[in-house]
Amino acid sequence: MAHSTPDPNDEHGTVYDSLLGTDTSHWAFGTDFEDPLAGVDTTVPAELDAAELAAYCLALADDALVMSHRLSEWCSNAPDLEEDIALANIALDLLGQARLLLARAAAADPSVVPALPEVSPVPAEDALAFFREAVDFRNVRLVEVPNGDFAHTMARLLLFVTVRLAAFERLATPADPWSSDPVLAAIAAKGVKELAYHRDYSGRWFLTLAQGTEESRRRLLAGLAGIWPLYDELRTAYGVGPEADVVLDQVFAVSGVERPDEAPMAGTGHTEALSRLLAEMQVVARAHPEGLW
Amino acid sequence: MRTALKARAIAAEVRDPEMPMLTLEDLGVLRDVREEGRRVVVTITPTYSGCPAMATMRDDLVHRLTDAGYAARVEIALSPPWSSDWITERGRQALRDHGLSAPGPAPRSGGPIPLTLMPTARAVSCPRCGSARTELTSEYGATACKALYRCTDCLEPFEHVKEI
Repeated sequence: MAHSTPDPNDEHGTVYDSLLGTDTSHWAFGTDFEDPLAGVDTTVPAELDAAELAAYCLALADDALVMSHRLSEWCSNAPDLEEDIALANIALDLLGQARLLLARAAAADPSVVPALPEVSPVPAEDALAFFREAVDFRNVRLVEVPNGDFAHTMARLLLFVTVRLAAFERLATPADPWSSDPVLAAIAAKGVKELAYHRDYSGRWFLTLAQGTEESRRRLLAGLAGIWPLYDELRTAYGVGPEADVVLDQVFAVSGVERPDEAPMAGTGHTEALSRLLAEMQVVARAHPEGLW
Repeated sequence: MRTALKARAIAAEVRDPEMPMLTLEDLGVLRDVREEGRRVVVTITPTYSGCPAMATMRDDLVHRLTDAGYAARVEIALSPPWSSDWITERGRQALRDHGLSAPGPAPRSGGPIPLTLMPTARAVSCPRCGSARTELTSEYGATACKALYRCTDCLEPFEHVKEI
């Protein structure tokens, strides 16, 4: 919300007014939209189909956005302060990736952005995040199912970032046809550095829990078995195979954990968990479609 | 030419909001300052994709340059991705002077990124007492770019700017 210039003589003023004087730049942060692709050339290369590129970017964005939301639900609930902060950091990295990818999708094909009243100041990236229905989200089910315990979160995070890192490493090289979009390739190259930290973090916890106490091992195995039926869909969505499996097998071997054999979950689309997640994530933005933040 | 140098000098002195001992130039996020008449276009690059300091950096750049009589715009460069290797020697000294541990060399890129299940091996010495006997508390800290350490000699906790 915009703030007016504080008036030290205003009888309804606060004790802070005299500290601020008349320099309203104190309020600069948060009162304006910052385009994460400001000045970036977003022309779609001739060899790529703009609608397909936008759809691909949306899928990558939605995975990051929904996973980020699930991780941020750990805020103030993690086993200790360090893990609370670590999970919030990882959620923030993924949210940053989501913002860049949503902005890239909107620039590639503006028709993907939901129509809002003309007076609405909501930028394209926010319109995509807050004004699409669950059915229009392109994320995989692995990121949307509710959080279980900490071990379940570590198992899910390990599977997710291992596959996403493998896909982003490929995206940052000419081997991937989508890399001919320099914007997407640059977003991926940046994401690789972050995802490598996320993978080490979740891999270390996987090992620690597997080799910790009887109870931590029991919980890890239960968490892994619970999320494993959604691994196949994740791998397929990212077009990633052996390069992710080999990393997971390495973690499983060190941890003394068998690769699960639960069958892939049937069906496609979304579980009802996504609708509930979006209801919470979108409610404030939808209540104020003309709001300035 | 003189004004271009002046615009660049103004932009270079704007500070990182989360590590204010560093200027944007020392942090290595200031990529370009282009000037056309009184119009200035400053290009910065994010350290991490989700770095919330970007909005403040942009606002501070516009504010300082506007105060100096320029019409300023800030653009983003995503490629090449920021590396902690871009922190200048002056910036590293400023970090140490303020009790933060400066990053070592960033991991080399090329080939698949190896999985590291042991704690990241770094030669980190305590910025307070200089002891090399330090241990990692957490790979994640108060901002995306820092890890938490503690010194096992003087027992003080400190932050280490991570290598990326």
